[in-house]
Amino acid sequence: MTKETTVTEETQEQAHPMDELLRMDRMPHIWCPTCGLGTVVTALAMALDKSGISLDDVAVVSGIGCTGRVAGYIKVDSFHTTHGRAIPFATGLHLANPKLKVIVVSGDGDLIAIGGNHFIHAARRNMDITVICVNNFIYAMTGGQVAPTTPLTANASTMPYGNFEPPFNIPYLADSCGASYVARWSSLHVRRMTTAFAEALAAPGFSLVEVVTPCSTLYARRNRLGTGLDLLKFYHDNCEIEHGADTRSLDIDFQSTIKLGKFIERRRPTFLESLDDWYGQVFGDKYEPYAGATSE
Amino acid sequence: MKADPRGVLTGAHYLDGDHAAAEGGLAAGCRFLAGYPITPSTEVAERFAARIPKVGGGVFIQMEDELASMSAILGGAWAGKKSMTVTSGPGFSLMMENLGLGIMMEVPTVIINVQRGGPSTGLPTLPGQADMMQARWGSHGDYEIIAICPSSPQEAFDYMITAFNFSEKYRVPTLVMMDECVGHMTEKVVIPPADEIELTPRKEYTGPPEEYLPYLPDKDMIPWMTKAGDGTRFHTTGLTHDEKGYPVMNADCQETLVRRLIDKIRKNADEIAIVEEEEVDGADVVLISYGISSRVAIPAIERARREGLKVGSLRLVTVWPFPETRVRELAKNVKALVIPEMNYGQIYYEIERCAAGNARTILVPHGGGWVHDVNDVYAGIKEGLK
Ligand SMILES: Cc1ncc(C[n+]2csc(CCOP(=O)(O)OP(=O)(O)O)c2C)c(N)n1
Ligand code: SF4
Ligand SMILES: [Mg+2]
Repeated sequence: MTKETTVTEETQEQAHPMDELLRMDRMPHIWCPTCGLGTVVTALAMALDKSGISLDDVAVVSGIGCTGRVAGYIKVDSFHTTHGRAIPFATGLHLANPKLKVIVVSGDGDLIAIGGNHFIHAARRNMDITVICVNNFIYAMTGGQVAPTTPLTANASTMPYGNFEPPFNIPYLADSCGASYVARWSSLHVRRMTTAFAEALAAPGFSLVEVVTPCSTLYARRNRLGTGLDLLKFYHDNCEIEHGADTRSLDIDFQSTIKLGKFIERRRPTFLESLDDWYGQVFGDKYEPYAGATSE
Repeated sequence: MKADPRGVLTGAHYLDGDHAAAEGGLAAGCRFLAGYPITPSTEVAERFAARIPKVGGGVFIQMEDELASMSAILGGAWAGKKSMTVTSGPGFSLMMENLGLGIMMEVPTVIINVQRGGPSTGLPTLPGQADMMQARWGSHGDYEIIAICPSSPQEAFDYMITAFNFSEKYRVPTLVMMDECVGHMTEKVVIPPADEIELTPRKEYTGPPEEYLPYLPDKDMIPWMTKAGDGTRFHTTGLTHDEKGYPVMNADCQETLVRRLIDKIRKNADEIAIVEEEEVDGADVVLISYGISSRVAIPAIERARREGLKVGSLRLVTVWPFPETRVRELAKNVKALVIPEMNYGQIYYEIERCAAGNARTILVPHGGGWVHDVNDVYAGIKEGLK
């Protein structure tokens, strides 16, 4: 953090290094002990700090869920929207003011189940937004129901005998829809996750970082995996970093090896680049490019 | 504030209601339309898509569905662009959850519903007026909303400007409830010069950024607004929230918030109300109508008058908030109120409630698919005189 901490002899008061980035007036947060979400927020705050982007130009959009609460804790213009609709809301913010850096932080259920259609279309269009998908393999906020990311055989409240539906491989999904940047980290890998967030923010076009994150209260407990801390130990022992891995190889089985890394980094015209480029060709000099224009 | 001339196609045109609504939006300063094609509303989006690269400073996007369209215009409005979407019945149903988000976050936006016959896919190419209660109550929870019913292409243009002005003034998504007839009929539309179009500016916060409270109401109950990127670093949520925009899960906060969301519209209902009255003084029967039904009623009223019957007309341009004060007064002075609408009784029940037994209320229903037979409306008037 760049912010100086001020220590005066009289008060011995210290500013929290994250004061500038977090809504301290909302602490304590609602998340459970050993939940991985706090680490993701810290990493995002550090990435924003590192990136040098003016925080006034950043917007964070969340859907609904435990992860959906992230928007409420980051001290930028922040939008806690409806379940599944963070990406189209973010699309509206971005298109209406292309100068904004728009970041979506939401859960696996929010982005891949109810919001799955928006996810694939935003990736296809190469909409210039960053999506952080916190994958805790479950619908946490509502009490541990099966998600489209729940590994086969894992237990969920609506798969009481274990999950028999095959899950999505999120990086493969994003890759095949044309995302510009695709990475997966775990909330144990704070440094690499932070770097990935910064890279994703810098990458033009649709960038996705999946973060495998412990849900201690529901996923871990239902599946007798211990606490969030035990899950971090599991990640420590079972995550393999393989940059550039074929995204088809990134399935996650129940308590199996989890492949992490930066898988895709490609330059494709973004939605607004394509729009301006095409209209420039169609209308010639008469066309006033949109994306450079201010939102007055 | 005057309209930006770049968006104003000043002159006399021959336009259908959908095209006129698109021009109305552009004239009102709308520079972001997110939509999904659906008959009979698509021409609004098509016109906007064709015009916006030439007008400049805006974007059209065809989203993947109406859930996305409605969400995107909320984002667009928060980023500082006047934003709208357009749809018909099935898409209107899909927009309901995020319409509620717009109400809760108090986002100025305009939603056009070119009504067709329903339920379900119903009659895609034929008119209906059966989404009127959905407009009022379609999203869950308790709220008030503004809905305007144009009855001609000229009005589609004019009332789009009114709709944007209401949405800015009251910070509420405003509905323009057209129908297939109005959407697809072609008539002369006169678009005035930009300097004759008066626009209501956004109620912008101008104080120090660090002191901004996004939901601190002004005396008129409407909070000041900023946009993303202004430096106020605000938070907004669909959860029940306090003046800071932070979630608060208790009954007191709910009471304060919901009451204000309702009162800011309900207490201004008389100011919002737009009605057209004709020969109501001394009338025995008054016909109350809105949208295309107002025009269909004209020959029935004229026929009755030729026969010496005292028939007045009250046309509701704004249907929500319901122009309750006027209907209550009127009911005290007439024998009957006759209500032709393309449904089996929606606004009719509002009128019956306001008549409170002071006048008979006679519904002239129609299931949609075409407009009323003039004879049926005439028969309703005769029935009222019995
Ligand atoms: C339209 C709608 N359907 C259902 C819900 C209930 N709901 C709230 S959060 C949630 C699932 C969240 O799961 P995920 O996105 O994975 O987030 P997590 O809580 O695991 O972080 C559901 C189903 C809702 N709020 N809105
Ligand atoms: S329920 Fe799970 S995801 Fe939600 S806060 Fe608790 S540990 Fe975290
Ligand atoms: Mg989840």
